[in-house]
Amino acid sequence: MKHNKTILLMMVCMVMLLCCPFAYSQEPTPDTPSGPEEAETPPSVELDVPSNVAAKDTPNDDGTSITVTWDIPPEDSGVVGYKILRNSDGGDFEEIGEQIAPLDTYDTKEKINKYKDSQIVKDTSHAYIVRAIGASETTAESQQTEAVIAKAQWFHTGKIPLFIAMIIFCTAIVGNIYYAKGGKDIFVRRIPGLEAVDEAIGRATEMGRSILYTTGLGGVSDVATIASMTILGQVARRTADYETPLRVPCRDPIVMNVLREMVKSSYLDEGRPDIYNEDNIFFITESQFAYAAGVDGMMLREKPAAIFLQGTFYAESLILAETGNSIGAIQIAGTDSEHQLPFFIAACDYTLIGEELYAASAYLSREPMLLGSLRGQDWGKLLIFVTMITGVVLELFGVNWITTLLQAVS
Amino acid sequence: MKRLIPLALCFFFGIVMIATQFSPHPISKRVFEEVVNGALIISPFALVLATVTLIQTHATRISRRSDHWQYSFIVFAGLITMVVIGVPFGPKNSVFEWLYNNVQVPMDATMFSLLAFFIASAAYRAFRARTTEATLLLVAALIVMLGNVPVGNLVWNKLMSWIPWVDQASWADQASAAREWILDNPNLSARRGIILGVSLGVISQSVRIILGIERSYLGGGD
Repeated sequence: MKHNKTILLMMVCMVMLLCCPFAYSQEPTPDTPSGPEEAETPPSVELDVPSNVAAKDTPNDDGTSITVTWDIPPEDSGVVGYKILRNSDGGDFEEIGEQIAPLDTYDTKEKINKYKDSQIVKDTSHAYIVRAIGASETTAESQQTEAVIAKAQWFHTGKIPLFIAMIIFCTAIVGNIYYAKGGKDIFVRRIPGLEAVDEAIGRATEMGRSILYTTGLGGVSDVATIASMTILGQVARRTADYETPLRVPCRDPIVMNVLREMVKSSYLDEGRPDIYNEDNIFFITESQFAYAAGVDGMMLREKPAAIFLQGTFYAESLILAETGNSIGAIQIAGTDSEHQLPFFIAACDYTLIGEELYAASAYLSREPMLLGSLRGQDWGKLLIFVTMITGVVLELFGVNWITTLLQAVS
Repeated sequence: MKRLIPLALCFFFGIVMIATQFSPHPISKRVFEEVVNGALIISPFALVLATVTLIQTHATRISRRSDHWQYSFIVFAGLITMVVIGVPFGPKNSVFEWLYNNVQVPMDATMFSLLAFFIASAAYRAFRARTTEATLLLVAALIVMLGNVPVGNLVWNKLMSWIPWVDQASWADQASAAREWILDNPNLSARRGIILGVSLGVISQSVRIILGIERSYLGGGD
């Protein structure tokens, strides 16, 4: 009997020992930390087929792309990315691209329900299939889309608000030009920098020294250079009257030729072609700092009494303005480069800030048509100001259509 | 007629170039590129013009024995040397490259480095606290400088400790934050105002040029 009990105890122990390995091989509970090998094996999930897959000619482009869209999958879909397949003229489908989303950031999946195919063949119909990819390499393919041929658009519909704004602004300018042509008096606020032009020329004349005028580094296609040329024309008329030497070092040979013609024309208009000297308008160099060195050298050698720095300037602005300041010349600067304005304000006597440079031609010539365009420009500014204020007030009340419109334009 | 044709061309191409900005069509892009390339073709002719003018200017200076006329010989020496080496052997020639890298580049760098001294002298004049505006400028400049330099927070904390009503804990190490506030708020607002005015000025000037009201680019007033 005792022997039987011993046998029974041994059998129980054996069963327990045999059961232990099974206990260790069980699947971990959710609370049990899993090993790295188990983490790499994702659960096999049946993927949903991408729904509402559509291919459309990309709007507002030059006919070189087709955009494929599909619905955003649910959060627990197990989709980690998509592969895009394309055929041409009913041929076989080939993989052309993929959209992979990071596994840990679901939000980014919102961005992957679209694919822009920019590698299309011109005048060829293309159909698409979107293949969803799961974490365990499982896939699910959509139905093929209808075949699409990309076409170029003549008008960018996204730019309609910009086009309307341009039409309104141009209408305001042209309308005011006609208003001015009718002989109406137009008020222009006093611009100290332009009021000082006569003072600067007079000072140079009294001192018997020359006037130095530079249009900066801009080419003839720069609007600031054209504005500067107009100011030079007005300055040249006065120097012709006073017989004051006007020196114009140029950085661009085309600008130099235009300036020669312009100054010559101004001297002719004032009836003093005899004192016009073509050699006073000359080319120095196209190199930025060599040009600055050349103009600085002129300032130090010739010591002009008045210096005009009008046009497009870059890093050389302060080099020129400080040298002019050191020789005691009266300096009138003007530029539309907002980064250079602080340097001019610090170193020059008068500075035309931004738009004042463009207003200079109207201000100095007092020509009605130019003054009219200036008034139109102010109307545009007023419109922008009113839009901004209205937009801010409406935003405070939770109405954001002006903001949305402006964002659409940008 | 001498003025009518350029004005008509300017009007036509001005309108066409505006239209290209609103059309994504390939023909529109092609027109834009062709017009821009056409403008680039003028550059080589301008180069010849520039060289001729440069020679004329310096030859006249030498012949008239103007002030510092001797320097004009250096201009000719540089011009002839670069043409003699550059034209037959090309811009990749080692001597040409050596001259460019060891003469032109260092001289350019020298001129550019002068800017540091000019900034110092201009800043000295601009920041003299003689008026309210200049004082504001000085204070803003000091804060921006403190936000840029490595010892900025150290100086900032010391300055804050001198102001009795300032909460030391919340204002500590805020030099770069103060700098960013100045740059992102008052500075950016002013800059955007200027940019807005400039943009409208450019449009207005362009309309005047396209309509033939502004004719200065033709080389004369009328």
